[in-house]
Amino acid sequence: MSTPQKKTLFDRTLPWLLPVLLISAWQFAAHVGWLSSRVLPEPLKVFESAWELLKSGELLHHVLVSTRRAFIGLAIGGGLGLTLGLLTGTFRRAETLLDTTLQMIRNVPPLALIPLVILWFGIDEAAKIFIVAVGVFFPLYMNTYHGIRSVDPALIEMAKSYGVSGWRLYRDVIFPGALPSILVGLRFALGFMWVLLIVSETISATEGIGYMTMNAREFLRTDVVLVGILLYALLGKLADIIARGLERFWLRWNPNYANA
Amino acid sequence: MQNNFEENSAVASRAAVASTAVANTFGIALSVRNVHKHYGEREVLKGIDLDIAPGEFVAIVGRSGCGKSTLLRLVAGLEAGQDGELHYDGHAQDSRHDTRIMFQDSRLLPWKRVVDNVALGLPPHEHINAEHVLGQVGLRERRHEWPARLSGGQRQRVALARALVHKPRLLLLDEPLGALDALTRIEMHALIESLWREHGFTALLVTHDVSEAIALADRVVLIDEGRITLDLRVDLPRPRHRGHAAFAALEERVLRRVLQQPPNDTNPDKEHTGDVSLHRTVDQVRWAV
Repeated sequence: MSTPQKKTLFDRTLPWLLPVLLISAWQFAAHVGWLSSRVLPEPLKVFESAWELLKSGELLHHVLVSTRRAFIGLAIGGGLGLTLGLLTGTFRRAETLLDTTLQMIRNVPPLALIPLVILWFGIDEAAKIFIVAVGVFFPLYMNTYHGIRSVDPALIEMAKSYGVSGWRLYRDVIFPGALPSILVGLRFALGFMWVLLIVSETISATEGIGYMTMNAREFLRTDVVLVGILLYALLGKLADIIARGLERFWLRWNPNYANA
Repeated sequence: MQNNFEENSAVASRAAVASTAVANTFGIALSVRNVHKHYGEREVLKGIDLDIAPGEFVAIVGRSGCGKSTLLRLVAGLEAGQDGELHYDGHAQDSRHDTRIMFQDSRLLPWKRVVDNVALGLPPHEHINAEHVLGQVGLRERRHEWPARLSGGQRQRVALARALVHKPRLLLLDEPLGALDALTRIEMHALIESLWREHGFTALLVTHDVSEAIALADRVVLIDEGRITLDLRVDLPRPRHRGHAAFAALEERVLRRVLQQPPNDTNPDKEHTGDVSLHRTVDQVRWAV
C-alpha cells in the first residue's frame, strides 16, 4: 500500500487532474483542427490574447471599471441591507413597518427591473450600480435580520444583569452574536454581485469586462470572449477568498472557523 | 398558617441571623416576605418567607420544578410580577448594582477573550481588576484564550470571576455546578467557599445536590411545591468533610425530607431524568451525589 505522504500528494493533485486533462484535450482538438477557432480557439491562443490585452493596459482598465461598479453597488445595496436588517432585527416597530414591504419586493428578480432601470437611468453608470445594489441588498438584509433575531437570549439576559445596556449591549453582545449570519449574507451577496454585473454590462456599456466581451463578439474574437469569461471566474473566486478571510478573522473565536 | 415550617428551625435561624450580622457588614441582608408568583394559572411560589443575614451562605434545595430557581430569579430582578415584598438591606428597590448572578451554563461571550469576558460591564479604569480576579480562580495564565478552548469547569471559574470582579454584596448561584463532573464540582466547592470567606458577600445557592448544599451553606432551605418545608442550620466546622458522621447524618436527614414529598405529579414531563434517583433509597442516592 502507499505511504501516508504519497497519499497526500495524490490527494492534492487529484482535483487538478480533470482540468488539466480537459485543457489538454481542448488544446489538441483545436490544434489539429477538429474545433474551429470561431467556436473555441486553442487555449494557448486565449492566453496569448490575455497577455496582449494586459500589455496594452486595456484589460486592467476594463477590470478596474467593472470592479469599481461592483463594489460601489455592494457598498450602497449591502450597506442599506445591513442597516435595515439591524433596524428590523432590533426594533419590533421597524419590523412591523418595513418587513412586509421588503418581503414583497424580495420576490421581484432584480434582472426583471432592467427595462425600468434603462428608462430611469438610460444606459448610464447609475443603471448598472442600481441593479447590483438591488441584488445584494436582500441577502444582507435577510441574514442580518435573522442574525440579530437569533442571538442567544440567555447571553442578553446575562449582559443586562451585569449592567451592560444600550449601545454597549449592542456592540459587545448583539452585533457580534449576529456577525456569523451577516457574513453568510455577505458571501451570498458577493456571488450575486458578479452575476448581476455581468448581465447589466452585456446589455449596455462602453467599458468594463462585459463591454469587452460583447465588443469582441462583434469582431468574432472568441479568444477575447473567453478571456472575459475566465476573468469573471477569477474575480468571483477572489471575492470569495476575501469573504473567507473576513470570516476567519472576525469569527476566530469560533472553533469552526479558527483553523483551516 | 402561611408557613408549615419545620420544628424549631425557624426560631433557630432567626437567632443565627442575629449572631452573624454582628460579624459581617459587607454582605446584603435579604428578606423575602410572603412572596407569591404565578405563571398563568399555575402558582409556582405560594408564600415564601426567608431572612438571610449579611454574609450568610444559604442553600435552597428541592426537586426540579419546585420553584427554587424562580425565587432566585425574582431576587436577582430577572423576573417580576410577584406578590409580596423583597427587601435588600431594608430597602424595597432591587439592588442590581450590588447583586451578581452565576448561571448553570457559564454564559460567557464566545467572541470575547477570557479576560474581556471577566471585564464585561466594568468601567474602563477597573479593567485591571479582571486579571487579578482571574488569578484568584487560578486562570490568570489562560486570560487571552477564547472561551471555546476551556473545559466546562474552567468556564464556570471564569463566570465566577466575572461575578466577583464587581465586588457583589449578594451573589446568586443558580445551580452553577450542575453540569460539571463530580471531581470538578468538589474543587469548585472549595474555591467558592474560600472566595466567599475572603470577600464576605451574602450567598444564595440553588442546587438539587443535597451534599453540595451541606458542604457549603450555613443554612439549607428545602422548597417543595412552592413552600419552604425545612430550614435547617448546618453547624459543622469549615472546611467540611463529606466523610464525617455528622455530615452524613445531616445529609440523610435532608434527603429523607426530600423523599417524603410525593413526586410533583402535576407536571411530570418537567421532571429531569436525574430525579429518577430520588425514588431509590436514601443510601443509594447519597452514594450517587
